[in-house]
Amino acid sequence: MAVKIDVQAANKEAVSRIQSAVPVIKGIGIAKDIVPGMKKNLILHAGPPITWARMSGPMRGAVMGALIYEGFAKNAAEAEKVAASSEIEFAPWHEHNGVGPMAGVATASMPVWIVENKTHGNRAYCTLNEGLGKVLRFGAYSEEVITRLNWMRDVLGPVLRETLEIKGEINLKTLIAQALQMGDEVHNRNRAGTSLLFRELAPALLDSKAPAADKKRVLEFINGNDHFFLNLSMPAAKAILQSAEWIEGSTILTVMCRNGTDFGIRVAGLKDRWFTGPAQQVKGLLFPGFSEADCNPDIGDSAITETCGLGGFSMAAAPAIVKFVGGAAGDALNYTQKMYEITETESTTFQIPSLDFRGSPTGINLLRVCETGILPQINTGIAHKQPAIGQVGAGLVNPPMKCFEDALEAYVEAYVP
Amino acid sequence: MSSLKTLFREEVKVFNVGIPSFADDLKRQNVPVAHVEWRPPAGGNKRVIELLDRIKLWQAACQSPAKS
Repeated sequence: MAVKIDVQAANKEAVSRIQSAVPVIKGIGIAKDIVPGMKKNLILHAGPPITWARMSGPMRGAVMGALIYEGFAKNAAEAEKVAASSEIEFAPWHEHNGVGPMAGVATASMPVWIVENKTHGNRAYCTLNEGLGKVLRFGAYSEEVITRLNWMRDVLGPVLRETLEIKGEINLKTLIAQALQMGDEVHNRNRAGTSLLFRELAPALLDSKAPAADKKRVLEFINGNDHFFLNLSMPAAKAILQSAEWIEGSTILTVMCRNGTDFGIRVAGLKDRWFTGPAQQVKGLLFPGFSEADCNPDIGDSAITETCGLGGFSMAAAPAIVKFVGGAAGDALNYTQKMYEITETESTTFQIPSLDFRGSPTGINLLRVCETGILPQINTGIAHKQPAIGQVGAGLVNPPMKCFEDALEAYVEAYVP
Repeated sequence: MSSLKTLFREEVKVFNVGIPSFADDLKRQNVPVAHVEWRPPAGGNKRVIELLDRIKLWQAACQSPAKS
């Protein structure tokens, strides 16, 4: 029997849900207590599903670090053996209502932000940002990485948890909207978002019962890391898009993500299915001493910001970002302008000052991507291709067209008589 | 032939459609050029065009009133 569906109406419903979603910080919990399906031997990672054998260097490094952190291994050699054994299970964050930047690795005892969409009641999770340099999300697993993770579990997480209990929920939709007015696009530039969050947290944090030295260190940690807000803009975008995750007939994208080997997308009308293609090389600015030969292909769940109309889609709001990812300020404007051609509507909340406060391009439509051949624009960090080294630069990248072509095939197969 | 001769005697004004590198080359030689961004539908991928056409036909059928 022929399926009778109005695709335009389905997409209108999808973007209506996206527009009406209101993500707020509800608190901080331990992953094993709150992330659905989380267990001791499960490692969550960025991107679509992947096996240990196919993982890239930074993803492997992050897994090894996480195994040391969780006590499954004493060193890197042991961690490699454990990772390759059947003892450990791997799953994408996206299949557990969450997101992770870069390698995106998360384990049972890590503290995670709890972000709730107040309009539709769904929740999204993300670990806390570790800062730059030698960090797990870029595949580093040295002692300083594990020591920091322990501190985040034992001090940062509990102090912020108490702070949020005192403060109450924080509206992330409003914070992101303000950050866009202040020169962020909340993917690779989070300086304004982090500053705004600091102002929200600091008074309540000072009222917490934590020792003064811990309070000071927590405030210094947030203040010293411009990307601290990234691990909130990401689950905020996830919580917004979750509300459109299953709408029959809709061709709106709900996920774009990468695991360092594959790029994956999901579409609102193709429930829980992954469409993948090879992760691409990122073109951009490299730190001194590194060359293109050092760069791992595109990695991380942070493209959830672009899926939500932020990041590369809102680069016109953040001209200063070109100093980090390459190009000229005019390029940032052009990237945003181009994204209106593949999106369904304009955000009613996230506005871009340099475009006379036009709403950011919202609701990537699979059909428009296929018709125009215009690929979503993503800006991103670049990880070294070897484990244990870390970030080597930042730049711009697009998904492979194959994801979209495969999704189009699947859509026609599922719906068109 | 005469119009071709005229063309080369006058200042060349160019509209470039499609591939931007053609316009970039002329700009480097200080030739005024207006670039129009254009690409073939679906990048010329016949399979994608066929799938998109099927969706359009299906949607047209869905919109039309049911036959009794």
